[in-house]
Amino acid sequence: MRKYLLVFSSLLSLTILITISSCQNDKQIEFNRYFSAGSAVYQNHCQNCHGAKGEGLKGLIPPLTDSAWLKTNKATLACSVKNGLKGNITISNKQYGGEMPATDLSPLEVAQVITYVTNSFGNKIETTTTEDVDAALLKCR
Amino acid sequence: MRKLLYAGVLLALVSACKFNSTDNKVLPIFGNKQPVTRTVDGKQVTDTIYQTIPAFKFVNQYGDTITDKSLDGKIYVADFFFTTCPNICPVMHRNMLPVYNEFKSNPDFRILSHTIDPKYDTVPVLKRYADKMEVTGNTWWFLVGDKNATYNIGKSYLVSLQEKNAQGTYVHDGYFILIDKQKRIRGTYQGTDANEVDKMRADIKTLMAEPDQKAAK
Repeated sequence: MRKYLLVFSSLLSLTILITISSCQNDKQIEFNRYFSAGSAVYQNHCQNCHGAKGEGLKGLIPPLTDSAWLKTNKATLACSVKNGLKGNITISNKQYGGEMPATDLSPLEVAQVITYVTNSFGNKIETTTTEDVDAALLKCR
Repeated sequence: MRKLLYAGVLLALVSACKFNSTDNKVLPIFGNKQPVTRTVDGKQVTDTIYQTIPAFKFVNQYGDTITDKSLDGKIYVADFFFTTCPNICPVMHRNMLPVYNEFKSNPDFRILSHTIDPKYDTVPVLKRYADKMEVTGNTWWFLVGDKNATYNIGKSYLVSLQEKNAQGTYVHDGYFILIDKQKRIRGTYQGTDANEVDKMRADIKTLMAEPDQKAAK
């Protein structure tokens, strides 16, 4: 009897688990895909300079923790990641004047890494998709 | 009986701790070795001559001339970088910061970061880099000098450096080299690996505690 109860309860919890996970809507699945792939892109292309926690490096390399800045500059993030960044910028009330090199990332990878960065290190902004990046790259200055 | 057993276990634990203590630990000496036999008081004595860092002359971020004499009586760490390096240098110097912060109040400790891009990394550029890293005082020197001199000194630190390649990038490995007061190589650590740099910090303390380092001036 006890054995049956155990089997029954584990089956029940499994069912609940499956139900919950399938409740994840398409948007959530899309986000998860972009985010986890973006984590790998970040490690390979960004982490050396910006750090594992997006902390940057003293006055040399800006941190990626300024959510307000990321939000305001969301439209141009793709251009910055793709073509690099030059000139003075103010991040978290501190001025940075170095140069960020351009990358050879595909629009998909750019979208993945932006999704990762804008949803890590205390940031929370919606998914950036390949379509968003394609559109943004057309408007790069 | 049980009490005796506990006592035994306790004793074993204590002695295990003792065994692991760093009291008499000595760091190895790296580089080429040469046995030299000489006669002292009619007896044959064999000494080992260790590889040492040769004389050098560079300029630091303040425009001061720094030579091997500036390192007399100092334990120091050397590395090679350039300020516009996009790949491993930021990691190396992120990892070097705790080393700098831990030992910056010790007058007998230095960090030497040689730029391998003297054309771009002039004294003002190095000063700006140091300022941005919030590095002050004379613990951490960023050195520039003749390119050949830099590449040659790199060889004596056993690091591999390469001039600009076809892609326009410099190639260098990210090693931190630990040098003792006799200018011998006592450790090499991958500067991009925070765990290895932690080990270096421990080794620096071990080295500072060695009798012949304490005695050397």
